[in-house]
Amino acid sequence: MGKPESIDALLPPLAGKAELVRRLAAVLPPECLFDATEDMTPYECDGLSAWRTVPLVVALPQNEAQVAAVMKICNEVRVPIVPRGAGTGLSGGAQPHSGGVTLGLSKMKSILALDPVARTARVQPGVRNLAISEAAARHGLYYAPDPSSQIACSIGGNVAENSGGVHCLKYGLTVHNLLALRLVTIEGEILELGGEGLDAAGYDLMALITGSEGLLGIVTEITVKLLPKPQLARVVMAAFDSLERAGEAVANIIAAGIIPAGLEMMDQLATGAVEQFVHAGYPLDAAAVILCESDGTPEEVAAEIEHMSQVLRDSGATECRLSRDDAERLLFWSGRKAAFPAVGRLMPDYYCMDGTIPKRRLGEVLKGIAALSQQFDLKCPNVFHAGDGNLHPLIMFDANVPGQQERAEEFGARILELCVEVGGTITGEHGVGIEKINQMCVQFGTAEIETFHAVKHAFDPVGLLNPGKAIPTLQRCAEYGAMHVSRGKEAFSDLPRF
Amino acid sequence: MIEQFADTIRRAVSDRRTLRIRGGGTKDFYGVALDGDVIDTRAHAGVIDYEPSELVVTARAGTSLADLETVLADKGQMLAFEPPRLGPDSTIGGVISAGFSGPRRATSGSARDYVLGVKVMNGDGAELRFGGQVMKNVAGYDMSRLMAGACGTLGLLTEVSLKVLPVPRTELTVRLELPEADAIATMNRLAGTPLPISATCHHDDVLSVRLSGAEPAVAAARASIGGEIVADGAAFWESVRNQRHSHFVRHTTLWRLSVRSTVLPIDLGPTLIEWGGALRWIAGNADPEKIHEAATAAGGHATLYRGGNKTCGIQRLAPGMLALQQRLKQALDPHGVFGARRLHPTF
Ligand SMILES: Cc1cc2nc3c(=O)[nH]c(=O)nc-3n(C[C@H](O)[C@H](O)[C@H](O)COP(=O)(O)OP(=O)(O)OC[C@H]3O[C@@H](n4cnc5c(N)ncnc54)[C@H](O)[C@@H]3O)c2cc1C
Repeated sequence: MGKPESIDALLPPLAGKAELVRRLAAVLPPECLFDATEDMTPYECDGLSAWRTVPLVVALPQNEAQVAAVMKICNEVRVPIVPRGAGTGLSGGAQPHSGGVTLGLSKMKSILALDPVARTARVQPGVRNLAISEAAARHGLYYAPDPSSQIACSIGGNVAENSGGVHCLKYGLTVHNLLALRLVTIEGEILELGGEGLDAAGYDLMALITGSEGLLGIVTEITVKLLPKPQLARVVMAAFDSLERAGEAVANIIAAGIIPAGLEMMDQLATGAVEQFVHAGYPLDAAAVILCESDGTPEEVAAEIEHMSQVLRDSGATECRLSRDDAERLLFWSGRKAAFPAVGRLMPDYYCMDGTIPKRRLGEVLKGIAALSQQFDLKCPNVFHAGDGNLHPLIMFDANVPGQQERAEEFGARILELCVEVGGTITGEHGVGIEKINQMCVQFGTAEIETFHAVKHAFDPVGLLNPGKAIPTLQRCAEYGAMHVSRGKEAFSDLPRF
Repeated sequence: MIEQFADTIRRAVSDRRTLRIRGGGTKDFYGVALDGDVIDTRAHAGVIDYEPSELVVTARAGTSLADLETVLADKGQMLAFEPPRLGPDSTIGGVISAGFSGPRRATSGSARDYVLGVKVMNGDGAELRFGGQVMKNVAGYDMSRLMAGACGTLGLLTEVSLKVLPVPRTELTVRLELPEADAIATMNRLAGTPLPISATCHHDDVLSVRLSGAEPAVAAARASIGGEIVADGAAFWESVRNQRHSHFVRHTTLWRLSVRSTVLPIDLGPTLIEWGGALRWIAGNADPEKIHEAATAAGGHATLYRGGNKTCGIQRLAPGMLALQQRLKQALDPHGVFGARRLHPTF
């Protein structure tokens, strides 16, 4: 992790706090503007709670016009803006800037239109992910991407992070389920991206904005695709006596031409951690448990479940259990969905990693993590979106024990670098934020990072939107590179050292 | 090859010339203008990495679409966005740069959706790597998907990694005789049901629906939809996908309208409808102004796909959006060396 304000310095603001508050008060009602420390404490961190900063001001606009007005003011007086949805992000993307405005979208939470025939919903950014599916349910429709945080996280945050869920192997990530966006630029201008058709004119900016972590503009309206709810879903829970065999089973399922609705894995430490809370009946003696779901028409599910079970057994599953009804299906899933909080109840703190790797390297990476776990002397249960190679090692630590947090961070950094080494990436769905900003220097070279800065400059020339997040400065990479020698040669050897 | 590309690019920059990136040239008909010296990608060919159980294939940009599809078909997999095969020389780089998708697009996603990573050469002749060979990746801005549909105006694609999917076990096509308005209503109604529909097409008062999946599922869906089974369904979808269907062959001037799927018939010329109603191919010489207006009113946009007067067929962009896209082009291609005016008169 890296302190955002230490080296990614900004130009000084052109107005003091009092002047800024006076100007914001002219465009926002009093209940939408906080500048006293005690009112701002709830905003001092997101899901990466080890890091806290009180912002200069919190602004909670009620509509797009107010968002644009706040942007114009901040742009004029050169004050940074940190967008914030529900604050469940795990990489510190919504971590406040001590000299900046935290722009919360929580008051913009209306579903503006739902067209059951065209199967679309037009919503404001503060709408909770699950609220969309709830509203669509009476039409037999739902919004497919389902992050485990879906009861709390906002659709605006989902767009900013390109969030995924356990069903995204079959139904895609956020980026695959959007049709249109409205974006307020740093100048306060309103842009319409995408459209009601399936593609848009000119360059495709939808994918560029999706996952841009609030660095390019404020998303103020989102049109999502809705899908017909599958008639039936059933899940097979399969136990394996080795992680390698479980990894092979995952590859065999895909190689057999099956795209499961969900394909997830938990290791023994993880099932042990969750079972005592959810009582899902996970076999605790198994080295790994796989959850493999099929959905569709009853005919599709019947055929697919038979095929899946066959492949799992042929791959050496020691036990295969099929959910009898929907209650049992949800029970099987409950442990997977509650894995983070369950681990959180065993240990005061945990640190959730998010690397993605080619599936064939799974065994090797898990061995590497186990070795690191010994080296750093911290426990690390693993849950993962096995179907798409996205790992969530959960590093357990106690921040009150001196040195543990630093060890956890170092451990995490090593895991991410291991993911890059095997051809993977430092983040599959949680974003870079401030948490993985240094590892961006490992993932990318100077020329790529310069390209990112060029894109940023086209949207936000002064760099006021979410500064210090997601894309490192070259200075930061030079400093980080000076400490770490990556891939046998020094990164950024052509850059002057500071 | 990479060194040669870099040389050509650097030379063009220093001579202040522009380059037109070209694979097999099967899409030369498309775009606003064809300016610049041709830089041919076909010598940079070959599948670099393919592991069926990863659902990922990586190929050099000059690899022929046909070769790539053969490699995938050998393992029972496919490019699920069904890119149109516009000629034997079509390359995967061209497919992704044009961003065209075929019949399966409405249910399975677009060319852009299947892009996982790219290598792209910039105006300094440096080869950059974005995205990767994994299914999920949110490190940095999504530059790889931005390249899809950019028509080679943001850089030279040298390598692409794509997600691939298994070929469905069975496919079956049924046809229902329906006038256009009823067909649009039916397509939208069917898309709202959880049936395994993988493509729809309406032309000449016939709605064709393709079902894909496990055999019992396809049979059950067929029973619920009704209609008459098409004996050679595969050949019909090939003709639509590859634009060899009579609607594409017969008409020289063809507009492509991307619209809200539920929009009623747009009566501006003979029409073929795909993508559950969201794509309308309108033939003939209707007033371009009327076409653009109709597309805008339908929540979408129009492009003169082929024939006619190119300058009337340019996609319309709102002023703020146009300015942003120009800044983006400037940011990514500061020397202005790549395919100027292919996508828009200004980029
Ligand atoms: C228990 C738990 C489980 C989780 N499970 C998953 C999971 O399964 N899959 C997954 O992908 N993630 C998961 N997450 C992470 C998190 O929920 C997602 O990243 C989510 O999308 C964040 O949404 P949010 O509204 O809380 O955004 P925030 O945390 O408030 O913000 C996230 C980022 O988005 C920016 N932002 C927010 N709103 C806007 C806007 N309107 N315009 C521009 N930028 C904006 C912020 O600046 C920040 O950079 C989990 C988190 C927790 C705590």
